[in-house]
Amino acid sequence: MPATETFAQFDADMQALITEVETISPPAAIMGRRSFLKLAGFAGGGLVLAFNFDTRVAQAADGGDATTLNAFVRIAPDNTVTLYSKGPEIGQGIKTAFGLILAEELDADWKTVKVDQAPINPKVYGHQGAGGSTSIPRAWDQLRQAGATARAMLIAAAAKQWSVPVSECSAAASVVTHTPSGRKLSYGALAKAASTQPVPEPNKVQLKARADYKLLGKRYTGVDNLQVVTGQPLFGIDVQMPGMLYANYAKCPAVGGKVKTANLDEIKKMPGIVDAFVLDGTGTPAEVMPGVAIIAKTTWEAFKAKDALKVEWDESTASKDSLTQATAKAKQIAGQMPAPADNTGDVDAAFASAAKVVEASYDYAMVSHQQLEPQNSTAWWHDGTMEIWTPSQMADRGLALVAKMLKLPEDKVTVHQTRAGGGFGRRLANDYMCEAAAIAMKVNAPVKLQWKREDDFAHDLFRAGGYHFLKGAVDKAGKLCAIQNHLVSFTADGTRPVSGGGRSNNSFPTDMAPNVRYAVSLMPLQIPCGPWRAPTDNVQMFVAGSFLHELSVSAGCDHVKFLLDWVARPLASLPVPAGGPPPDLSRSFNPSRAAGVIKMAAEKSGWGRKLPSGRGLGIAFSCAYGGHVAEAVELSVDAKKHVTVHKITVVADIGPIINMSGAENQAQGGAIDALSTAMGLEIGVEQGRVQQANFGDYPLLRIRSAPPVEVHFIQSDFRPAGLGEPCVPPLAAALGNAIFAATGERVRTMPFKRAGYTI
Amino acid sequence: MSFQLNINRKPRTVEASDDTPLLWVLRDVLDMKGTKYGCGVGMCGACTVLMDGRAIRSCLTPVSQATGSITTIEGLGENGKLHALQQAWIDLDVAQCGYCQGGQILSAASLLAQHPKPTDAEIETAMTGNICRCATYNRIKAAIHQAAGSQAETKG
Repeated sequence: MPATETFAQFDADMQALITEVETISPPAAIMGRRSFLKLAGFAGGGLVLAFNFDTRVAQAADGGDATTLNAFVRIAPDNTVTLYSKGPEIGQGIKTAFGLILAEELDADWKTVKVDQAPINPKVYGHQGAGGSTSIPRAWDQLRQAGATARAMLIAAAAKQWSVPVSECSAAASVVTHTPSGRKLSYGALAKAASTQPVPEPNKVQLKARADYKLLGKRYTGVDNLQVVTGQPLFGIDVQMPGMLYANYAKCPAVGGKVKTANLDEIKKMPGIVDAFVLDGTGTPAEVMPGVAIIAKTTWEAFKAKDALKVEWDESTASKDSLTQATAKAKQIAGQMPAPADNTGDVDAAFASAAKVVEASYDYAMVSHQQLEPQNSTAWWHDGTMEIWTPSQMADRGLALVAKMLKLPEDKVTVHQTRAGGGFGRRLANDYMCEAAAIAMKVNAPVKLQWKREDDFAHDLFRAGGYHFLKGAVDKAGKLCAIQNHLVSFTADGTRPVSGGGRSNNSFPTDMAPNVRYAVSLMPLQIPCGPWRAPTDNVQMFVAGSFLHELSVSAGCDHVKFLLDWVARPLASLPVPAGGPPPDLSRSFNPSRAAGVIKMAAEKSGWGRKLPSGRGLGIAFSCAYGGHVAEAVELSVDAKKHVTVHKITVVADIGPIINMSGAENQAQGGAIDALSTAMGLEIGVEQGRVQQANFGDYPLLRIRSAPPVEVHFIQSDFRPAGLGEPCVPPLAAALGNAIFAATGERVRTMPFKRAGYTI
Repeated sequence: MSFQLNINRKPRTVEASDDTPLLWVLRDVLDMKGTKYGCGVGMCGACTVLMDGRAIRSCLTPVSQATGSITTIEGLGENGKLHALQQAWIDLDVAQCGYCQGGQILSAASLLAQHPKPTDAEIETAMTGNICRCATYNRIKAAIHQAAGSQAETKG
């Protein structure tokens, strides 16, 4: 396949991934009547319940004398309850949150609950990825049902033993009580008998109301925190196997280059080097690009050999991209607006009759993920099976990808998901897993592929940069009446924006106004782009949230009132995304939830109070990835444009909170990550080569610049959203609006350091 | 080459080339995975260990220079008891992904050895070499204060 087609296909795959993580199925499809099936013949001799999604049946692993009530719940005679977390822990806290949801409906004693990582088996567990902040909303019904079903079976077993009606029994803290007599039986004592009880129909199982929660909503420390603070091996990089070898994989610094020659003989003579060989790869950055694999006895020896490796690359099909040239070209074509992709109402008439019309251009840089654990995977080709340990965000997709690449049936690929040292969207792709598998096919031992930090910079799937040329208008009533947005973005296939570079599918429409004209110009790009924490919204909301403030300022309106007017639209008038599922109202934009967080953010940040000279307060709102979030930033700017952020206020409505401690941590981290990125992070590309090599070139924010972040939640009975992403998008606009309030200067570029601001 | 090391109060003999960073000796030779690889150039602090009680970057310390008493995150607690910092990290639920936290805790231990009741400014100076990509900085600061029994300053 020609390189351009391969890249187009890769980009289409990444875009499909973003669409997948942005959308979730309506609840009815998550938990159908036949979702539970009885399974016979497991090792403990009792009953296993599996969650079945496609009529195929699989079985949870079992052993010992504990009883497996279903694929999520195991109970030992000593009353220890083990719950299985089906998705990857990447720092978003779902191992704790999943355990809490199960334990709540199971009425388990949290003090004796253990949470283990479930194996990758989509036939049993359904979707097992973590992306788009969908882990919680996707699993919410499934996990509650699993916990409640197991609880019903435990109560039924107790009632049978006591020969009393089920209605006279209740459960709490892993004990069933017969209320009239006060008799008690522990879950441990009941588990075996419970496993022989009929499985209740899902619609007969009573789920708790929010008011009845005993566990959810309180503060819990993470279930793995003891292992984290004592340095236990939890992460992909920590995998150790007897006889294991260590690998690094060198690819062309300009993506798409192929190996012409390499000094393999010299490399093989280096100390500790076991082998060195060329892989042709599959030609897509989502799998394996061409390169040189170095196999060594230690990681350090592999790294040293990598430094000594000399490769002559055939760059005839490699990237020649230059972002400097792209920026110049974007400015050239700014005025050549193509036919609009969206043309709602009468924009020209609105401009003609408006009280105020404002024009502005915005841009934002390409950025990188740089999760702190560099990419790695351990793979072992043995007994006709490819066995892999990986810190992926989507190991279930990776399993299928490896099977396809190696032409193996999927049951000949076993994947163990480890804790991941950060994800941020980078680990939605499984290129490192595919590389490890491809290398392991040629090595007669388990082999751990370890990227260097420099590899993570050179071979990321970057957040695309972009350029917006805007015109907006405010009517005589002080309301937004028209928006014209010419987006100049990049394309891999020549027809549509690169993944993460277009308009958001499923969040609050950033151009929402009665009259909208939206058009896209595209410039070719070969550097791979992909999902980066809150894809599309993390940049679109910077532009929208800043430009809205320009409009309200020009019209002399109070910005909070302007925002409240902006979000106050009847639900029926909201656009439905083309081609997608019908909007899930628990995740889609909701005017009253939007107004709620905006009002509270104004109140908590002290909106409207007089601030000293050089000090400013900015506010912005977004609805993205299921979360309605308003953020306020209060800061000072000195004469040298040094910014001191005094406080960030986050107000989020993501439905009910599962773990208050984890939720606050995500909100604080999301806001500070967004601050870090908005202030100082940028990836340059020249001649197809990424210009940043390590953290010295990429100033991630450090503790001295981290402001206090005050977090408030508005809790509701909507399906809970995840919180990895929703607190990222509003921050950059709130920051820029605050800088404007402090200085009178509008920052229309990210990172803000391009405009001279430092933190 | 053979090197005599003192790690977590125990003598260890390891075979490695003399330029091998202590980081990789710990991880690959001694199978102690608590010390993390982050950048390899001393910019992120994930590989922090203590040598004679002071925080050093094990990715930049050749095994030949690791002549002092080394403490890794596995050995910070003594006699089966967690260090006060580890307990504070659990109590305040500091970690998100957790990858940097061993290095953060050891940098904090080095700080407390010199400043038992650190101010916010002392914390910021001592901890500035440790990146937390998840940005748990507020909780890191609070946990250090809690372990030290010192008070955070009110800013605003």
